[in-house]
Amino acid sequence: MDIVGNVLPQVLKDEATEDKGEMARLQSFVGAIAVADLVKTTLGPKGMDKILKPTGPGQEMTHITVTNDGATILKSMYVENPAAKILIEISKTQDEEVGDGTTTVAVLAGELLREGEKLIQKRIHPQHVIAGWRIARDVALKRLRDISTENDINSQEFHDDLVKIARTTLSSKLITTDRDYFADLCVKAVLRLKGSSNLDYIQIIKLPGGTIRDSYLDDGFILKKQITIGCKRRIENAKILVANTAMDYDKIKIYGTKVKVNSMDKVAEIEAAEKEKMKHKVDKILKYQPTVFVNRQLIYNYPEQLLADSGITVIEHADFEGMERVAAATGAEILSTFDAPERSQQVLGHCDLIEEIMIGEEKMIKFTGCKKNEACTIVLRGASTHILDEVDRSIHDALCVLITTVKNKRVVWGGGNSEMQMAAACEEEAKKVQGKQAFAIEAFARALRQIPTIICDNGGYDSAELIQNFKVELQKGNQTCGLNMTDGTIGNMNELGVKECLRVKEQALMAASEAAELIMRVDNIVKCAPRKRERA
Amino acid sequence: MSLAFDDYGRPYIILRDQGQKKRMKGLEAYKSNILAAKAVANTLSSSLGPKGMDKMLVSPDGDVSVTNDGATIVEKMEIQHPTAKLLVELSQSQDAEIGDGTTGVVVLAGKLLEQALTLLDKGIHPLKISDGFDRACDVAIKHLETISEEIDIQANDNEALVQAACTALGSKVVSKRKRELGKIAVTAVLDVADLARRDVNLDLIKIQTKTGGSVEDTRLISGILIDKDMSHPQMPKEVKDAKICLLTCPFEPPKPKTKHNINISSADDYKKLYLQEQQYFVDMVKLVKNSGANIALCQWGFDDEANHLLLQNELPAVRWVSGTDVELIAMATGARIIPRFQEITPEKLGKAGCVKEVQFGTSNERMLVIENCQCTKAVTILIRGGSQMIVDEAKRSIHDAICVIRNLIKDNRIVYGGGSAELACAIQVLQYADEVSSVEQYAIRSFADALEGIPCCLADNCGLNPITSVAQAKALQLKENNPRIGIDCMELGTIDMKEQRIYETLSSKKQQIQLATQVVKMILKIDDVIAPDDY
Repeated sequence: MDIVGNVLPQVLKDEATEDKGEMARLQSFVGAIAVADLVKTTLGPKGMDKILKPTGPGQEMTHITVTNDGATILKSMYVENPAAKILIEISKTQDEEVGDGTTTVAVLAGELLREGEKLIQKRIHPQHVIAGWRIARDVALKRLRDISTENDINSQEFHDDLVKIARTTLSSKLITTDRDYFADLCVKAVLRLKGSSNLDYIQIIKLPGGTIRDSYLDDGFILKKQITIGCKRRIENAKILVANTAMDYDKIKIYGTKVKVNSMDKVAEIEAAEKEKMKHKVDKILKYQPTVFVNRQLIYNYPEQLLADSGITVIEHADFEGMERVAAATGAEILSTFDAPERSQQVLGHCDLIEEIMIGEEKMIKFTGCKKNEACTIVLRGASTHILDEVDRSIHDALCVLITTVKNKRVVWGGGNSEMQMAAACEEEAKKVQGKQAFAIEAFARALRQIPTIICDNGGYDSAELIQNFKVELQKGNQTCGLNMTDGTIGNMNELGVKECLRVKEQALMAASEAAELIMRVDNIVKCAPRKRERA
Repeated sequence: MSLAFDDYGRPYIILRDQGQKKRMKGLEAYKSNILAAKAVANTLSSSLGPKGMDKMLVSPDGDVSVTNDGATIVEKMEIQHPTAKLLVELSQSQDAEIGDGTTGVVVLAGKLLEQALTLLDKGIHPLKISDGFDRACDVAIKHLETISEEIDIQANDNEALVQAACTALGSKVVSKRKRELGKIAVTAVLDVADLARRDVNLDLIKIQTKTGGSVEDTRLISGILIDKDMSHPQMPKEVKDAKICLLTCPFEPPKPKTKHNINISSADDYKKLYLQEQQYFVDMVKLVKNSGANIALCQWGFDDEANHLLLQNELPAVRWVSGTDVELIAMATGARIIPRFQEITPEKLGKAGCVKEVQFGTSNERMLVIENCQCTKAVTILIRGGSQMIVDEAKRSIHDAICVIRNLIKDNRIVYGGGSAELACAIQVLQYADEVSSVEQYAIRSFADALEGIPCCLADNCGLNPITSVAQAKALQLKENNPRIGIDCMELGTIDMKEQRIYETLSSKKQQIQLATQVVKMILKIDDVIAPDDY
């Protein structure tokens, strides 16, 4: 009913709901802040992990995930609140775009909205808040770019920076005690890519057993497959033919063919012809004179035996990724037709040694001394699959950040330094701006400062005191100060070697402020009636 | 539902299952319809103008979208009420015809219905009301044309177009970058526009979205971006001076459409067939290669063997290119779409300066860019943003801006925004009302009031006092006889919209008033609603 007493007709569908004005805004704030609060305890080197347990019936129930990675946590959560969904979305985008900072982005957006809510309560219009945030974001971004430094890609400093960045990224993960070891490992792996940003070429193999320390980077390339029985287990100076071809009955692809014969003899003839066709193909392959034959598809016994007879080592059923990696590593061309043996030199891959190795309980094939040394393998060991999965995610984060750094080259100090610097820049700006927007700019600064505050809190330190000291230290002009999370003091980031990639920070700042703005602008939430699902 | 009885007191059944139907008649029906339509208009009214707010819409499957675009809001609200649905269609037809002003048209219709309700309470017949609205609408349209100004769209580096695009983008979440995005939209439209015929084929502008980065990273690619990569991982990632062969036949042995059987009855046949199959692939690749093409784009898939032969012959190829992309590429590169391998000739190849693969972020997603096409008549706007919702909203906003620019190229007459045009029309309609001596006078006067509702709503959304600012603007318009006085939404300190350079197209404004009046007239004609009870 409206104020005059008219009964309003129902406009939306039965189960649809519409929330307006304050109610809608309240809903968004509550949802977004709840999500941010959920992941904020994972932030920083002293952050805690979460156990994710799937719901619903079936086997999946038993598979749990233990993680510290914001994107993984948020991705696996089922939320109803639309604003919360936006936060999850930005975290996912952050993961895809730069690979790290997925928690930071959600927490920052949540903190912005928490500050925004206070401003709304003070009767400042959302549009004014947004106007202020926009100014603040630009100022913060400018400061962030100003304080970043760039080193020449080939210099020793750049290499050191990479190690430091990897250390910083890994410090918040499970493998923090071994971070030096893994940082070095990741940097080596990334530098092998020589500037290309294709993560496919770094293969990660997870094998339960041993300790985390037993993980290593193999400069060769490891294929998680087995050499077919009856072939040599060790080939030196291998010439490798990588193929994607059917090695089974090799059906004729012309449409509508059908074998129709009138006697048993004929059947035998056709069979012989089929066999001959197979042999023909093997012969053609042999003309390339490879010593190793890798195929993506299955190889049937007959051709396998033919190849083995000629002393060729056969590796079958290498999947797409494996095949592409082998090709990239050994410089082979992926063949599907075999009519040009004169190109043999061009198309065959080469490596010094192929051998079957045992890691833990599993047999694998290792290619060492490859022609093109771009691909490499990280073998991860650990006590349980949960640990391995988490280490895998951490290494993935680190690799992503390193690749981004190699592309972008600019780095900033870590330990909350960049956030505090940005907050300081916003506060300076707030003093110059006339009008209500100034409140929003101050709020933006407070939200930024929340990130180091949460990091302190997670470490169990007195955040209020530390952050104030931090502010003072910055004010004094100490550009490299930051949080020392081992002692709970303000330390020198240069000495501690805590660095972060500019691109990650930039992306987090932009995505978080865009999302906060998006949520702030909403004054009406319409939820459609949920689609009815037929019960199976 | 009321029942009819015959002379003997037995009930007539007129409609099937009459007892289970709901029926509303007369004034009750009018009021219910108007209230439902007004409810929709009210939802939209807070989205109007540069300081309008957004709506968050949750779909039946739980997907969230946040938008400011009227047509999208009403579409995604899944409105059930039959009369309210008319407003949905109203917004959509504005979207289809003009592309912009979809919120304004619904708000205006809402204001008109509000006025109609008071008139109905006064006891004026609905038809008289709709007649009055009709006449008022004619006056308003005529006045719009007299106050409209022709602008030179090419003057000063297309400044006028950029401004108009900025006005359209001003109310969206991307408003911070409205100038950059406006310029991108203008360049895109002008690249594909046929200025001699004053026509723009919007199909030539492809809007591709990709999450990541920020809205600032949105850029215009003078070429085509397709979400595909090379068919073989070892093909070159970049082809300079590309000669493109555009195929709509698969690199596979032909499949005749008539049903047939090839019977193999001897081993010789079998061998022959095998050889022939091999020959097919060799021939296909040879035909493409011989034409001089150095890249092949195919709408269909490739057989593994064909794929390798392509690689061996150093012929990069792309498979599964979508049909719309194929057409776009054909237009841009001047290529002819080739349906059979036998018909490949060098003249049918398209030319482009460069075809290369680009990669985004860490997630190995690659796209192909075709740049410097021979007839650069197709462009792509690549939209970036922090999340899917932002990217989607940016896409809708840019679409609006592009539509505005297209309309300006078609018809370069503009009126000024900020509610000034509505206010000027209201004044004119009001003057006209006094000359009418019949009952319609009231309806015409109400029409003027409804028009004033738009600047009122604008002022309200901007946090200004609606009554004061509209009264002030109206008085000034009358005093200075200046139809450009409106509401100072952005608080720039002037209420002359010419100085603020808020441009709106005449065609859009005209269409808004006409469409809104039509729908209102339609709703006013309904005096009986019959619906199943449970609906």
